[in-house]
Amino acid sequence: MTSTLRLDGVDRSFGDRQVLKDISFEVAAGRMTGFVGGNGAGKTTTMRIILGVLAPDAGQVLWNGSRLTRQERRRFGYMPEERGLYPKMTIREQVVHLGRLHGLDLGAARRNTDALLERVGLAERGDDLLETLSLGNQQRAQIAAALVHDPEVLVLDEPFSGLDPMAVDTVVSVLRERARAGVPVLFSSHQLDVVERLCDDLVIIADGTIRAAGGREELRAAYTLPRFELVVDGDAGWLRDQPGLTLIDLDGPRAVFDLAADADADDQRVLHEALARGPVRVFRPITPSLAEIFREVAQ
Amino acid sequence: MNTYQAIRLIAGRELRVKLRDRTFLITTLFFLLIAVAATALPALLAGGSTTVAATESVAAPLRQAGLDVRAVADDAAAERAVRAGDVDAAVVAGPTVLAMNEAPDDVVKALSSAPAVRLLNPDALDPVIAFLVPFAFAFVFFTTSQLFGVQIAQSVTEEKQTRIVEILVAAVPVRALLAGKIVAACLLALGQITLIAVATVAGMQLADSGGLLTLIGPAIGWFVPFFLLGFLLIAAMWAVAGALVTRQEDIGGVSLPVQLVVMLPFFAVVFLHDNASAMRILSYLPFSAPTAMPLRMFSGDAAGWEPLVSLALLLLTAVAFVAAGARVYEGSLLRTNGRTSLRAAWHHREPIA
Repeated sequence: MTSTLRLDGVDRSFGDRQVLKDISFEVAAGRMTGFVGGNGAGKTTTMRIILGVLAPDAGQVLWNGSRLTRQERRRFGYMPEERGLYPKMTIREQVVHLGRLHGLDLGAARRNTDALLERVGLAERGDDLLETLSLGNQQRAQIAAALVHDPEVLVLDEPFSGLDPMAVDTVVSVLRERARAGVPVLFSSHQLDVVERLCDDLVIIADGTIRAAGGREELRAAYTLPRFELVVDGDAGWLRDQPGLTLIDLDGPRAVFDLAADADADDQRVLHEALARGPVRVFRPITPSLAEIFREVAQ
Repeated sequence: MNTYQAIRLIAGRELRVKLRDRTFLITTLFFLLIAVAATALPALLAGGSTTVAATESVAAPLRQAGLDVRAVADDAAAERAVRAGDVDAAVVAGPTVLAMNEAPDDVVKALSSAPAVRLLNPDALDPVIAFLVPFAFAFVFFTTSQLFGVQIAQSVTEEKQTRIVEILVAAVPVRALLAGKIVAACLLALGQITLIAVATVAGMQLADSGGLLTLIGPAIGWFVPFFLLGFLLIAAMWAVAGALVTRQEDIGGVSLPVQLVVMLPFFAVVFLHDNASAMRILSYLPFSAPTAMPLRMFSGDAAGWEPLVSLALLLLTAVAFVAAGARVYEGSLLRTNGRTSLRAAWHHREPIA
């Protein structure tokens, strides 16, 4: 059975304000699913509903096709947006405690804690009180706390905020490891470049509705215009007269153009034309960045 | 993992953290010292009999009375000894008792012939003890519920303030969280009063006032169940107070009503302890019953069934408070923006699966 987490028609209001409207998407096993949206778009509320911290007004959260139960939720790993552990407990002690609350016995909780602290680079600080750690290190401890019980699903709200680049790399590799082991990973982030680098799938939310969801490459393809960049040795002005071609930008030898979607407009034809006129230095399709797709979709 | 195990884990953490807390350990030690000091010291300090200077001619009856007699050559020497502070008193010809500024009762008694005394109620309490014991019970209940109550509130608020509560709530039922905290606080409070009781008893043994022990033993026995249920009642309120705010600094403000319902019965019991009808009422009101009823047992004016009825009332109230407290706790725990009103917390419920 493939482990899939699915949201199905989830609505949620706070008072008169509806913050989620008919939210449906899937987090598939072994895939890193990036969850992006602006401030107040509904990411945190959605994640809290998945973890059962908030209840949906309508719709449901499904795990492997049936309604998610409390016992199953306990096997989830969660990192809330607002971070916090016990300031006056040692790192090791509280990670062990959280592991046990999630159902591990003492021995397993200890083993996992030691392994994880080693993994996130906190092995030396294990017996220090949380409050004595720097914010970045507290963040690492938080990651360990979310992972200690070998969760079957990971839901991480802004896991990279506040991390230095080295810590980001550590966390990324830990998460990838879990995903490779078949765990569905849902993570939100403001840092679209990080999401772009990391995610296999993407869910874009704006104003409480899902605007786009699917594989990263499919989404990219769906939102890719047939746009090309051409750099030749001479002047590229001749492109103006080509049929089915709209010039976006022309700057001496460099041009950016869109091709009409009909069959006449063929990128290979344009390339032949260019080669017939002289050397071609660059000819490439321009794919939009995640940020560009996001801007377009979230409007 | 079931709810019971979750409660045990939560309570275990609270206990571990508290038992390592220096303030808690010092306060406990302080209480123990007070208990021992209050029971053992008076007897130890009172030790040593009065010293009397006397000539051999009048010394015999004084020695018989167990006084420490210093033989002197004549009455003038006796008076000098008193003036110099070498002795507490002197007996000179007459016989006349000399002392600096206070008549030494035991010396006077040794030289007088006492009339026959027949006690009509030999078991009646010494009025000092009759006041001290109620006060001690009320004081122990008051300070313990205050001390541990504040700690429950702080521990609840800490979890809200640090937002770890969101992780906890995702893992264990909210009620298990509340139950774990209350169980831990009850155990700590009970442990502390047990230690105090042991120290008190030890102090009494030391002071050799075993008679008092048999007298207040049953009252102490009744005090324990009353104390536990009374503490449960108050613990539920403190947990709610802690859940309503998001910062430790704000606990003082919301907990004022809780402090009042602990403090008013305390003063009522202390001031009305010899007013039988007031005590009868206080011994049934849930907030004052934990101290008032054991007292009435102590002074012997409660019938055998009375503590049972009062205990049942207290139990019902405590259960109701814990249930209501759990609801408010659930309704306010995840509201991390400022202070939540009781009403909003009561009506707000996340129907969590």
